[in-house]
Amino acid sequence: MNFDDTPQEAAFRAEARAWISANAPKQYEDELRASSLGRTALKNANILEVAKAWQKKKADAGWACLHWPKEYGGRGASPIERVIWQQEEGPFGKLSAMFIIGHGMCGPTVMAYASEEHKRQYLPPLASGEKVWCQLFSEPAGGSDVAGLRTRAEKRGDEWVINGQKIWTSGAHYSDYGILLTRTDPTVPKHKGLTMFFLDMKSPGVEVRPIKQASGHSDFNEVYFTDVVIPDSQRLGTVNDGWNVALTTLMNERMSIGAGVATGFPELFDFCSSLMLDDGPAIEDRNVRSKLANWAVKASGLKYTSMRAISALSKGERPGPENSIGKLVAGSMVQDVASYALDLQGAAGVLSGPEAEFAGRFQAMLLRAPGTRVEGGTDEIMRNIIAERVLGLPGDIRVDKDLPFNQVPTKGRA
Amino acid sequence: MNFDFSDDQKQLRDQARKFLAEKCPPKAVRVVLDGKETYDRALWKGFADMGFLGVAIPEEYGGAGAGHLELCVIAEEVGRALAPVPFSSTVYLAAEALMLAGSDAQKQVWLPKIASGETIGTLALFEGTGNPSPKAIKLEASNGVLNGTKKPVADGAIADLIIVAARTASTGRDSDISLFLVDAKAGGVEAKALTNLDPTRGQAELTFANCKAEPLGAAGEGWSIISQVLDRAAVLTAFEQVGGSDRALEMGRDYALDRIAFGRPIGSFQAVKHMLADMYVSATLARSNAYYGAWALSTNAPELPEAAASARISATQAYQHCGKNNIQVHGGMGFTWEFDCHMYYRRANALALGLGSLSYWEDQLIDRMRKRNAA
Repeated sequence: MNFDDTPQEAAFRAEARAWISANAPKQYEDELRASSLGRTALKNANILEVAKAWQKKKADAGWACLHWPKEYGGRGASPIERVIWQQEEGPFGKLSAMFIIGHGMCGPTVMAYASEEHKRQYLPPLASGEKVWCQLFSEPAGGSDVAGLRTRAEKRGDEWVINGQKIWTSGAHYSDYGILLTRTDPTVPKHKGLTMFFLDMKSPGVEVRPIKQASGHSDFNEVYFTDVVIPDSQRLGTVNDGWNVALTTLMNERMSIGAGVATGFPELFDFCSSLMLDDGPAIEDRNVRSKLANWAVKASGLKYTSMRAISALSKGERPGPENSIGKLVAGSMVQDVASYALDLQGAAGVLSGPEAEFAGRFQAMLLRAPGTRVEGGTDEIMRNIIAERVLGLPGDIRVDKDLPFNQVPTKGRA
Repeated sequence: MNFDFSDDQKQLRDQARKFLAEKCPPKAVRVVLDGKETYDRALWKGFADMGFLGVAIPEEYGGAGAGHLELCVIAEEVGRALAPVPFSSTVYLAAEALMLAGSDAQKQVWLPKIASGETIGTLALFEGTGNPSPKAIKLEASNGVLNGTKKPVADGAIADLIIVAARTASTGRDSDISLFLVDAKAGGVEAKALTNLDPTRGQAELTFANCKAEPLGAAGEGWSIISQVLDRAAVLTAFEQVGGSDRALEMGRDYALDRIAFGRPIGSFQAVKHMLADMYVSATLARSNAYYGAWALSTNAPELPEAAASARISATQAYQHCGKNNIQVHGGMGFTWEFDCHMYYRRANALALGLGSLSYWEDQLIDRMRKRNAA
């Protein structure tokens, strides 16, 4: 049992560290380091431009999408090298947020299902950040139940015509391309009538409307499709096999281990270390200490769970559904941590913004936190995944499993 | 990085699991639970024969000289099987204290007898209600004799070797405390067995009356040694707790798969499924914290005090959580004496207190994190 690099890993780490130290946009390091959930922004620069420039610089030097093959813009690196890179990239890794979906989900799906010509055409600019991709799965009628989606694709000669609406599409407003899951046969059960495509987000008939979130920010969008035309050559997988293609996409989400999940604990520990209560420093208060200790062991438990997963990865094991716990634990923890930090601030906890206590970081965290428990799989879906795929418990009884999709009820109360 | 046990260590774990499955099934635990025996003597002999008792004791003192990672994997299996033997008091407390502070002569006398199963040992620290603290120690040592009372003492009624924390000064400092070694067979100590939450493990009150004792470690170093012993025992106990948590989770999962209600396995209801998923989460976090503790223990890293407190808290929470919700999944049958659920519930709650309570360790963890941040 040890935390030491192998000589090969150490050499890779040294090379990565030297390159990052010589090339990273250091002027933003402090701001990025201090940014918490709900507050990744730069005061005097457009974060999207800074992120794109950093990604391009990495790609030119062979440090983008490390685990992708070289011919598609990657480095052909091993999974453990990818983890080492993330560790070394540190706060600059926060600049990758806008590329996560493209690199983590769209890219691998294109790689698995597109023609060779398309892969060589589309993957390198995706890797370099010159083109940004989004994932168009969720719909008003299909969130956790994504196979309940209703956006139609109808065949017309060599083309498909798309009509419908997607929702919760991260980054659609700055994306160049998207992968799109549609319904191509409503007369068969829901999982059997889906087909996947990729499309140019600038196609006529695509309309992107930002959603104003409960936090007041807009990270997600609604995307409307009105008679949008997609050539059949941009189909991913066979007709009506879209559910299996989507599973490839979703499986890749789990590869993103080791990046670390925000728990809010380091911020809370710092805050309690500096805050003075009536009877003295907050961190000397018995109640505060008990709360801190409980969250400390969750944060360390997640950290060392991820170390165990990385160790398994370096032995060639594939990460499995057990990695769902990171998001499940951190999601509600960050919400509880933020709420407790405000409680410690008393009436002044109601004030938000950069002038507020602790630069308003906990207020921003509190307002962003509900989203983290929903996006990318709700807490309840995560628990289902653990219960069914790790513990082997039976799936839910699905009343719509064998019904043709067009006979599935659409309203709760008639 | 290889943050995992080695193949050899995993093989040892499998071997221990197989041995315990055969020699320590629930009905063997029940012989002690029902008060027919104070501990499982045949199993204790088996532990000695398998080399479990001396796995971390150096070869020159009759042990296997393997190390603490090997001891961790055995502890996990001991916890999983609810082994009704004085393993933790003898191996995590007495042997660790001897290895940390004993003279060569003391080690020569006692460690081989621990490794062979001939000697049962324990640490007599507590004096009634309260957590580990030098102020709470009233038992006095002067002129080589001890006077006072200790309770509860784990396995105190069957121990041959008792390591006693005693007051040797009254300045209000940690250096008021020194450790002593008592041979229970030499007289001067009375043991009274006490009723406790987990009858598969013994607790006792020990009364020392002009009891002859020899110093263990330097005078005034007692509290520092105790702190180190408690940290080491916290990591090892965390593995017992992790083993117990896993078993309680498996029992709940298996029952949820088998039990039919409303025409379907109860494990297909989300209310039950999510309860089990949350148990898995606690058990996983506890295991990962325990692994970090194992790393710190086996390398004697400066991180050990913080890692031990984290492992202790996380494992205590996980076992209590899995122990109580295993009963909940079982419903009414889980609340019968006949089903084994209560044995895990009892053990979980007893282990949660033995080295000091959860709130004590929470306090310790924050102190230790502050020290690291200040450094």
